[in-house]
Amino acid sequence: MVNVGSTAPIAVERPSSDVRPDLPWVTIVWNDPVNLMSYVTYVFQTVFGYTREKAEKLMLDVHHKGKAVVSSGTREEMERDVQILHSYGLWATVQPDSVK
Amino acid sequence: MSSGFSSKGGVVVAEFEAPEVAILRSLVELVLGLVEPGETGDDPLERALGIGAGEAPSDPVLARLFPSAYDDTGDAAEFRRYTEATLRDGKRADARTMLDTARPGRTELTPEQAQAWLRALNDVRLTLGVRLEVTEEVHEEIATMSEDDPRYPAYVTYDWLTYLQDTLVRALW
Repeated sequence: MVNVGSTAPIAVERPSSDVRPDLPWVTIVWNDPVNLMSYVTYVFQTVFGYTREKAEKLMLDVHHKGKAVVSSGTREEMERDVQILHSYGLWATVQPDSVK
Repeated sequence: MSSGFSSKGGVVVAEFEAPEVAILRSLVELVLGLVEPGETGDDPLERALGIGAGEAPSDPVLARLFPSAYDDTGDAAEFRRYTEATLRDGKRADARTMLDTARPGRTELTPEQAQAWLRALNDVRLTLGVRLEVTEEVHEEIATMSEDDPRYPAYVTYDWLTYLQDTLVRALW
């Protein structure tokens, strides 16, 4: 990753020792016909600090399955993730992890 | 035609011709016209905190630029009340950065400006894409479209923006 902007990365700011047994909320990104595969991968890397490999896998899940869980955590954390993803034009939603 | 963005010594650069800059500027101004400043109502406290209305936009372009964060209408409205004004201001700031830096000849972008271009270009593509009702097969569709088709100029522009955005992503990687 060459460049992370001022808004990134969120995920790596969270302490790695924060291993709660269950993280009850998730952020979902939905497929749409406009967003580029390269762009979506780049946004996942930039926003979450994911490796290119992980970001690409998530992007392909969105593309092929129509949606993918891209992060999990507290409701507040997920709302912050969604807000940043919306600033990049991705179609993202928050929901409890139990809803499938 | 512009060969898009590339990275030279850590600086993101592109060469644009005057007509290309004119097209970019007019499209970004179109987005700026659609995305009005965040409305926060009359309450001084709500204004200070950037709290706005909770209703989802009826215009399909605005609905795509400002998606509902929840399935549940009540939760979606609450989230929107607290975030949409900030999101609008961010999109407007990105659009203005693009207007301030797009010029014929060599355009050089700092990392922050490149991020703004990335998001602003995407907003332009989302706006055009929703208006043109593009599908994932848009690239193939353009390849087989007659130049006499009234939709042709808009589709070619959309395709160019797609190319431009892709080169910007790759320049930043």
